[in-house]
Amino acid sequence: MDSHAIATEHGEQELHGEAHPAHLRHHFVTVDQQRETASFGMWLFLLTEIMFFGGLFMAYLLYRNWYYDAFVASSNTLGIGLGTTNTAVLILSSFTMAMGVYSAEIRNRKGLLISLSCTILLGLVFLGIKSVEYHEKYVEHHIPGASFSIEDFVHPTDKRDVPLAPDMAQHAQLFFFLYFAMTGMHALHMIIGISILFVLLYQAWHGAYVNGHTSTIDNFGLYWHFVDIVWIFLFPLLYLISRHPLH
Amino acid sequence: MSTIVALPDQETARLPKLSYLNSEYGLKSWLLTGDHKRIAMLYLISITFFFFIGGAFAGLIRLELLTPLPDLVASDTYNKLFTMHGVIMIFLFLVPSVPATVGNFVIPIMVGAKDLAFPKINLLSWYLYIAGACFLVFALLNGGVDTGWTFTTPLSTHYVNTHVITAAMGVFIAGFSSIFTGLNFIVTIHRMRCPGMTWFRLPLFCWSNYAASILMVLGTPVLAITLVLVMLERTVGIGVFDPTKGGDPLLFQHLFWFYSHPAVYIMILPGMGVISEVISTFSRKRVFGYTAVAFSSVAIAVFGFFVWAHHMFIMGVSNYSALVFSLLTMLVAVPSAIKIFNWAATLYKGSITFETPMLYAFGFMGLFTIGGLTGVFLGSLGMDIHLTETYFIVAHFHFVMVGGMLMAYLAGVHFWWPKMTGRMYPESMSQLSAVTTFIGFILTFFPQFIVGYLGMPRRYHAYPPEFQVLNVLSTAGATVLGIGYLLPMLYMPWSLKYGKIAGDNPWQATGLEWQIQSPPLTENFIDIPVMDHEAYDYDWLEHKTAHEVTTVG
Amino acid sequence: MHISPVLWQFLVRWLTNSALFPPEASAISPYMDAFYFFLIAISAVGMIAVIILVFGFSIMYRKEKNPVATQIEGSTLLEATWTIIPLALFMICFVWGALLYFRIYDPPTNAMNIYIVGKQWMWKAEHPGGQHEIDSLHIPINRQVQLTMISQDVFHSFSIPAFRVKREVIPGRYSTVWFEATATGTYHLFCTQYCGTDHSAMIGEIVAMTPEDYQKWASGSTSGASLAQNGERLFASLGCNSCHSGAASARGPNLAQVYGSQLQLADGSTVTANDAFLRETILNPSTRVTAGYAPIMPTYQGQVSEEGLIDLVEYIKNLNSNYRIQQTLTTSQIASGQAGASSSSPGSSSPAMNYRPQQTLGAGQGGPAKAGKTAPSVPGTVNQ
Repeated sequence: MDSHAIATEHGEQELHGEAHPAHLRHHFVTVDQQRETASFGMWLFLLTEIMFFGGLFMAYLLYRNWYYDAFVASSNTLGIGLGTTNTAVLILSSFTMAMGVYSAEIRNRKGLLISLSCTILLGLVFLGIKSVEYHEKYVEHHIPGASFSIEDFVHPTDKRDVPLAPDMAQHAQLFFFLYFAMTGMHALHMIIGISILFVLLYQAWHGAYVNGHTSTIDNFGLYWHFVDIVWIFLFPLLYLISRHPLH
Repeated sequence: MSTIVALPDQETARLPKLSYLNSEYGLKSWLLTGDHKRIAMLYLISITFFFFIGGAFAGLIRLELLTPLPDLVASDTYNKLFTMHGVIMIFLFLVPSVPATVGNFVIPIMVGAKDLAFPKINLLSWYLYIAGACFLVFALLNGGVDTGWTFTTPLSTHYVNTHVITAAMGVFIAGFSSIFTGLNFIVTIHRMRCPGMTWFRLPLFCWSNYAASILMVLGTPVLAITLVLVMLERTVGIGVFDPTKGGDPLLFQHLFWFYSHPAVYIMILPGMGVISEVISTFSRKRVFGYTAVAFSSVAIAVFGFFVWAHHMFIMGVSNYSALVFSLLTMLVAVPSAIKIFNWAATLYKGSITFETPMLYAFGFMGLFTIGGLTGVFLGSLGMDIHLTETYFIVAHFHFVMVGGMLMAYLAGVHFWWPKMTGRMYPESMSQLSAVTTFIGFILTFFPQFIVGYLGMPRRYHAYPPEFQVLNVLSTAGATVLGIGYLLPMLYMPWSLKYGKIAGDNPWQATGLEWQIQSPPLTENFIDIPVMDHEAYDYDWLEHKTAHEVTTVG
Repeated sequence: MHISPVLWQFLVRWLTNSALFPPEASAISPYMDAFYFFLIAISAVGMIAVIILVFGFSIMYRKEKNPVATQIEGSTLLEATWTIIPLALFMICFVWGALLYFRIYDPPTNAMNIYIVGKQWMWKAEHPGGQHEIDSLHIPINRQVQLTMISQDVFHSFSIPAFRVKREVIPGRYSTVWFEATATGTYHLFCTQYCGTDHSAMIGEIVAMTPEDYQKWASGSTSGASLAQNGERLFASLGCNSCHSGAASARGPNLAQVYGSQLQLADGSTVTANDAFLRETILNPSTRVTAGYAPIMPTYQGQVSEEGLIDLVEYIKNLNSNYRIQQTLTTSQIASGQAGASSSSPGSSSPAMNYRPQQTLGAGQGGPAKAGKTAPSVPGTVNQ
């Protein structure tokens, strides 16, 4: 039923020696095309994610510039120990994820399973530490809204902290709002990532990804690394800049 | 080089036995399909439905504006009417219009692929659209939203008690539908072109959709995060945009317009792609200045990101930043002018016929030119002071969106209808609709330029009596326009059963989609084609039809 | 043809009542209209060009007349032409528009200032002489008038089509626009930024009068106290004078003649102390601490309305000597019992009341009005 006037080309699969592998979707001509397309798609999606976080970064930059003192004081109340630990945890999880991609490529099922499990574990550790930090903020009455207290900023306990005037201290709420929005959005992406990791783990247990079709693991790895990179931007911006040394 | 016009004898055409429409039956086969063509049909039905809801609101608005007094509906109701009209028309109709229906259907075939790069994500796009629409319908049924489609803070965050969060959520979700569609198109056009299909052999429709997809992919996430901030502020009330709490309402404006200006190019670029195809086909000529038209699409996309503050000239931005944005606005107007002239030049020494799509295309050229030129009025700083926030703006964007984009959409639907359904619509009926729409449109919106210069503000429920005559004219036009839009709703479904059989290539067009059967097979091509000729190569078509053995059925 | 009398009346009324553009009632209106006609002209030219091309070509090259199409690739020369000509025309529009914009939004130095406070859903106009108007604005013709505007709640926009001016009225910051009316009459005032339920009802009248009529109106409409006098009272009742007493050792900077001056802030930057600065300092003092002073000023956010802020700004604007502050102190000392009891600001404790008056530094009472500030010389209002 096709028009014979259009020259056609027979599938190149035969040349590859793999006659139509099971994972080749019908609308792709070659496995290579499928793999490259999926990768391109993931990179493009990550670009949209950058734009998504961009709005929050924009708001943070603006208000940090307007209310510098309040933001510096608020930033100093974030626990540097927990924050650094979290950063290390996440970087480590990126490493285990990269190991997972490698294991998939060399068709090491056991290695893949271990790597994925470690990534899940580290991701959960990150979320756990995050919730401890959030709880800390709750206890210290630093959650913006009705329960927010400016006491810590107007009468700081640490001698190095400059006490803020009450109106400036009120603007600390903006810092915490942005802190919760940015880290919360990041945590949401982590939760989605970990959920997908469970699915990948399940599939890998049943033999997927170590048979030459590593595209899914590759692309998820990209996503996971992206989530890591967002944190690597958030951590200095929220925790590190203008910090008292060894606070 | 020459081409002979010889439309095939449709009397002998027969519907193919197997096509994407009858390859599988049942609701599940449609709702769980991966076939881009079926998804396009799902979108077509959905957006048509919402178009008529948005249109009904428009009708009520114009009905109210017949008289200067606020006597038809209460003020709050009126505010909800124009808000919902805007939100539905923009997010549920215009943004997905050409890309999600015609684009989804035709782009894979145009590049010579069997489907889009990510069929499941394509289906997800549709479901996200429906989910977003459900949120909006929920908001509508529970009293509507009255913030204006622009969700201006602090009005939307602290001063209205309607379902803003629900509506914002709906737009947020529909936005992701748009992002995934754009992502799919970009990857498809990059990676799924058949052998021999170089970038410059692509139909210009692909270029336009590619440019629009870049905007969708990069701009929409900013709207998403802006709406998230609005939703958070409504719940937590922290004051990100509230000046009494140290926030900045202008931050919202910047973030919102950073998306919403590219959004208008998202809406118009695919329509321009349709016009390129239609004008070429019905003049039997290659589009004049192919490269210029292709690059101007990309130029519009790139420049479109840098002009957002022209929506904010009177909002207290510094004079110097206003200068920069005005200059860039003038620059972004130039590629559109280039396209119009290129299309006009395509007509030169062509062999022109006046089928319905061509009539819509002519309508587009005239109305979009007026709309675009009035954009220059508004981009000129001083003029904008007087004209902004009046009906001049309303007239301007309706000229480009409705007179431009909607006509292009209708041109596209009519042009590819034979391909999508295998049937022809009744020609005289459709030509009548096109003319009715054109006349109705001008009558509706041209008086609005005048009443805008007179100073009538937009979003006004009541107005000084001296503006009444122009408003009456406008409403009269709206009635005619409504008829023009209703007619296709009648004859298109009619054509599904009773329309003439179309055959492969009723228009004798050159794109790859016209070389396969109508309607196409699910997999489009039995074997992936090899592209060995330029785009719009009517010579090639002539030789092909001379030697072709047409197989039908 | 017999035309129905009703229809004819309708048409005649419309024709006489509205031209195709609003009355030209300000100095800038003719310039705006001239630019508009230029834009219409080039649009018409462009439109006609496109129409002629499209219609012309479709008739000349319709299938019946030209069955064989000629394939043409393109023409770089033509592309260049229709790129450069529109670009040049648009650049002219850009330059013309920019000049017009700067003219409308750069206020002249000698303009008469009127404050506008917008709120859902009404306009409040406050003349410095103390005249208050709702949904209307009386102004003299042939006089440069600057409006300093702010919103109490959401975005509004102050629009006078007859004057061809419009500016957004923003919550949290002042915006200004100026005009010079040239024709007496009553003109529309619209709110053009959607602001909620009664947005369409937020309209009013601009009444442009001859200067004599304006004087008559102003003297008949004042409540007796000018904005500066209201500000003076507020200054005392809020306890501002406890820190801003004018003494060298005072906790707050001296406010005499601070308006319009270049101030050095604690963070090293230099700012001009204009209306916006003064307002911001009252509401967010910690962000604008003057160099050499501690950031101890409390915020008055929530305690003073936008009108109150305008009164305070007017008071400070007209403060050209310490004597006015002394007067304020004296007034508050007389009413010290009431002031102390009724004051709602947290910082107004009693030490201020024991303050020893200081001699003025040369600027006499009732000295000449500050350069650039003109107040209507209406009997009954205090001229600083």
